[in-house]
Amino acid sequence: MKSILGRIRFLPVCLALGLAFLYIPILSLIIYSFNESKLVTVWSGFSTKWYGELFRNQQIIDAALLSLRIAVMSACAAVVLGTIAGFVLARMRRFRGRTLLAGMSMAPLVMPEIITGLSLLLFFIALEKMTGWPNGRGITTVTIAHITFSMAYVAVIVQSRLADMDPSLEEAAMDLGARPLKVFFAITLPIVAPALISGWLLAFTLSIDDLVIASFVSGPGASTLPMVIFSKVRLGVSPDINALATIIIGIVALGVLLAALAFKRQERLQGQDARLANLADD
Amino acid sequence: MRMGYTPLGQGLVRLFEPVMPTALGNSVARLLRAAGVTGRNAVIAVPLLWLLLFFLIPFVIVLKISFAEYATAIPPYTDLIQWGDDALMSIKLNFGNYLYLVEDDLYVAAYLNSARIALVSTVMCLLIGYPMAYAIARSSPANRNILLMLVILPFWTSFLLRVYAWMGILKNNGIINNLLMGMGIIDEPIVMMQTDFAVYLGIIYSYLPFMILPLYANLEKLDVNLLEAAADLGCKPFKAFLLITLPLSLPGIIAGSMLVFIPAVGEFVIPSLLGGPDTLMIGRVLWDEFFNNRDWPVASAVAIAMLVFLVIPIMLFQHYQNRQGQS
Repeated sequence: MKSILGRIRFLPVCLALGLAFLYIPILSLIIYSFNESKLVTVWSGFSTKWYGELFRNQQIIDAALLSLRIAVMSACAAVVLGTIAGFVLARMRRFRGRTLLAGMSMAPLVMPEIITGLSLLLFFIALEKMTGWPNGRGITTVTIAHITFSMAYVAVIVQSRLADMDPSLEEAAMDLGARPLKVFFAITLPIVAPALISGWLLAFTLSIDDLVIASFVSGPGASTLPMVIFSKVRLGVSPDINALATIIIGIVALGVLLAALAFKRQERLQGQDARLANLADD
Repeated sequence: MRMGYTPLGQGLVRLFEPVMPTALGNSVARLLRAAGVTGRNAVIAVPLLWLLLFFLIPFVIVLKISFAEYATAIPPYTDLIQWGDDALMSIKLNFGNYLYLVEDDLYVAAYLNSARIALVSTVMCLLIGYPMAYAIARSSPANRNILLMLVILPFWTSFLLRVYAWMGILKNNGIINNLLMGMGIIDEPIVMMQTDFAVYLGIIYSYLPFMILPLYANLEKLDVNLLEAAADLGCKPFKAFLLITLPLSLPGIIAGSMLVFIPAVGEFVIPSLLGGPDTLMIGRVLWDEFFNNRDWPVASAVAIAMLVFLVIPIMLFQHYQNRQGQS
């Protein structure tokens, strides 16, 4: 009995320490963004001046807008391509190139970014030499690179969602004479919609967070936000970067909170539906 | 099954109603089918062609350039295929870049060092992450979602900025040294930045969620009845853990370990921000070779060698991933 109690206490302590390890650096970023001193880690009084400094930094604002544009475009395209790939892998058992497609849509998940970045840059240069396109590198090449690696994440999410889903619904619709395209849009897509939303958010985050691949495939005049941050923090800590981090963390925390509330609400509605169904059965 | 019918899904269906097969659509479809283009093939072709073009062909190009020679030209490498006077095509493969990797101590040391840092970090992530994942899996369902969200949340914030946070904590006049000196425990700051220690810490910190999530997914499915049966038969909890929980969670352990090990080997950001000039990691060597020395053939050879090095971990990961997908 005593050893069971011992273990019960051991696990929550590990969990609390682990979570503290995950959150202390983030909290330190937030706290020192309100520090007056330029020395970042020497506290000298509360101030919001670094936020003002941040909003006057045109280079960071331009980079943030560019990153947002790339992230929105690549997330939308990645969801379309990734959904098709996931659907094909989950629902079409036999076709030529299945192993190839399965391997290729899984590989970007585990490929070191630095190899992906190098290979895409060398590809774009070789392609330009042969066809004249892409003419120079920048927003287009970064977007293509981001679509390619984030569609793999979407494909995996959609594939596992479809594997959980009962195919008899689709089969029933087909039996009733619906064409495959109609079945896909009327049955399959609504069921995987939650997976599409999480896939889009994941692709967006991966794109806006990427430094290594963008550094390879971007060109002059198209520095993304991580590229600007990296060149700045390489020289040492700087308080306006703390302010930027605090804003990003705030947006993410707000988004997660809203998602959790929406999830709760949906769960409650479903609970009500289930209760109503039970009443009807009685 | 009602849950799938979200407003978004229904909206999308209505959006596509006008393009659903009509008389015109049917005749176009017949034409295409006659040409051998069925809807099925077209659907398969879209992702397949995209990945062939932007994933597979780029690798072939890296492989090709790794066998080329460095040249002062634009782009800075020679062509493999050469046409002789008699219009005979000859392919010249140059293994020099690979020999160079083996002969130069720098590269061998960088590979070994990357492997060591990635391995130690993976083991540390496992030791920290396993109890955390187990604690989350054993907590009440309501708490479980909140705890899981707390583990995932850092992943959604910028990776680069989380590594940057450690610079402020570890540097000589950073938070830890200020705290220790303020309490009078030490007189001189402990040098932590630009050391291997900082690199280990950065990697463990950044990749810990990748270890916890697959472990949690696995431990959540564990049948508690097995542990109860063992306890009923007089088995001590720790022994039951070693004999039942640990072996059953092996797929989760392997998936999590590969998700930490593989990217850690190629890591570039963490060693260049937290490590010192002598922290040799292969991702950083590749970066310098490409951007500073502009030696594309050697950089390509470094990339191919890294892939060969990672083939076994990648295949292990895919094997267990597929098995989990099937079960």
